[in-house]
Amino acid sequence: MRLQFILSEMFVGLRRNLSMAVSVILVTFVSLTFVGAAALLQAQISQVKDQWYDKVEVTIYLCPQDSEKPTCAGGEASQAQIDEIGQKLHSDALAPYVKKVYFETKQQAYESFEKRYANEWWAQSVTADQMQASYRVALVDPSQYQVISDTFTGHTGVDVVQDQRKVFEPLILVLNRATLISGGLAVVMLLAATLLITTTIRLSAMSRRRETGIMRLVGASNLFIQLPFMLEGAIAATIGAGLAVGGLWFGVRYLVQDWLATSVRWIPYIGAGDVWTVAPFLLAAAILLAAISSLVSLGRYTKV
Amino acid sequence: MAVRGRPHVVLTLDRSVPCGYLPCPRRLASHVIRLNNVTKVYARGARPALDDVDLEIERGEFVFLVGASGSGKSTLLRLMLREERPTGGKVFVAGKDLSKLSTWKVPYLRRQIGTVFQDFRLLPNKTVFENVAFALQVIGKPRHHIMTTVPDTLELVGLGGKEKRRPHELSGGEQQRVAIARAFVNRPSILLADEPTGNLDPTTSVGIMRLLDRINRTGTTVVMATHDDEIVDQMRKRVVELDTGQVVRDQSRGVYGSDR
Repeated sequence: MRLQFILSEMFVGLRRNLSMAVSVILVTFVSLTFVGAAALLQAQISQVKDQWYDKVEVTIYLCPQDSEKPTCAGGEASQAQIDEIGQKLHSDALAPYVKKVYFETKQQAYESFEKRYANEWWAQSVTADQMQASYRVALVDPSQYQVISDTFTGHTGVDVVQDQRKVFEPLILVLNRATLISGGLAVVMLLAATLLITTTIRLSAMSRRRETGIMRLVGASNLFIQLPFMLEGAIAATIGAGLAVGGLWFGVRYLVQDWLATSVRWIPYIGAGDVWTVAPFLLAAAILLAAISSLVSLGRYTKV
Repeated sequence: MAVRGRPHVVLTLDRSVPCGYLPCPRRLASHVIRLNNVTKVYARGARPALDDVDLEIERGEFVFLVGASGSGKSTLLRLMLREERPTGGKVFVAGKDLSKLSTWKVPYLRRQIGTVFQDFRLLPNKTVFENVAFALQVIGKPRHHIMTTVPDTLELVGLGGKEKRRPHELSGGEQQRVAIARAFVNRPSILLADEPTGNLDPTTSVGIMRLLDRINRTGTTVVMATHDDEIVDQMRKRVVELDTGQVVRDQSRGVYGSDR
């Protein structure tokens, strides 16, 4: 009886203030979409970092067959040169900087190249001889890239020393900026949502002053009087959160996985699974939003 | 003769039965409403709405509160409902010291008090039945209780057969009967009425007074603020007259104006 009564009161309230309820749903939808997008961007960043950032830091590319670099005047790097560089990397002088070194032969480079671009027409003509061997160096402190670069740039048999982090840094920077922007928008939108829910509940309470007045008079408890209003806000906000989750899932599924992942292939992407990880938090945020708003607005309008 | 052998029948704590000729058991405080030196000032520096009022109302009494507008009748009723707190003094209702009553217990106090107003305060989009049932629904009474109690109460106030009407389809007197049914449906021990006949013609008012008298006879204490001198003179009940916040007359079986 009680539950049924509270629910029916809630639906009456939602129906009477339908346009306000819809606006609450939309504002929560948009604001939580931004919150979720910020979270997913961070997930994407950590995905990229996990995959690349920590594994490969500095790559010393050795001379390929026909490089025009002066250090490669002797043609392709000889085994002696390779050994010499290897020894230097393991020498005491560099030991404090170097964490791990591994050597990638031309053949290995070719295999991983083939694996990644197996379906691309332009990759079909590439041969193993066109690839170059390289030393991959993991540093104790990734910012000490300069030490390696100074030692090996200009060394005979070395084509180029590349800090691989530099490739990812612009990407991560973009992602971080995007996170900031969507986070900032999220804050503004959340504020708007809170104010809107507050106003909606207040309107709803005012339009039912007569009922609540009688309820107080005949001795209904505070919770009983306030619950329908709270539920109204919570339901609208929850629907908004649901839409936000749906929107994010749609975005990840069709924008990231179907489009980005097929056109820019060298980055590992987040999947729909990440959306489901974010979803409970969005839902909790919606409920928290509604709870705060109702506390603020109901204190004044339905006091005993 | 029927009472012989069962002398303690009054101790069954049936609150609807006044103590009568037997001594009241102590647990049943005979004063259902008591005000001790109650003062109420709304705005600092303003004339007090109530000024050092002492009043005791016994279980099962019928009391008229009379006095000009602004004499403090409504304030007195609002204090009893704990819609207001006194600036000074103490208010006891149904055995509870209202100044010590915590906020969350106020609803439970109000469940023992029925209230009726001049403007009926019915819900226009609910039927007669739903209006009365509303009072029970919102305090969480079970459905079967509502289904049996509401028709009984509507029968009592003389609205049997009009359950499905809406307030705007009823006359003023009938609307007030709905309001009284709503106030009485939870069988409160006290009924407060703030000018219940203020919007009604004299003939209809008599009907409403008969109804309030009938409710009073079930043991419910009735306190009624009114301007209606004819009714007060006819009923010959206790009359408490207020003037600028002070009790100037407290007379059993009194009339409206002391000067007549």
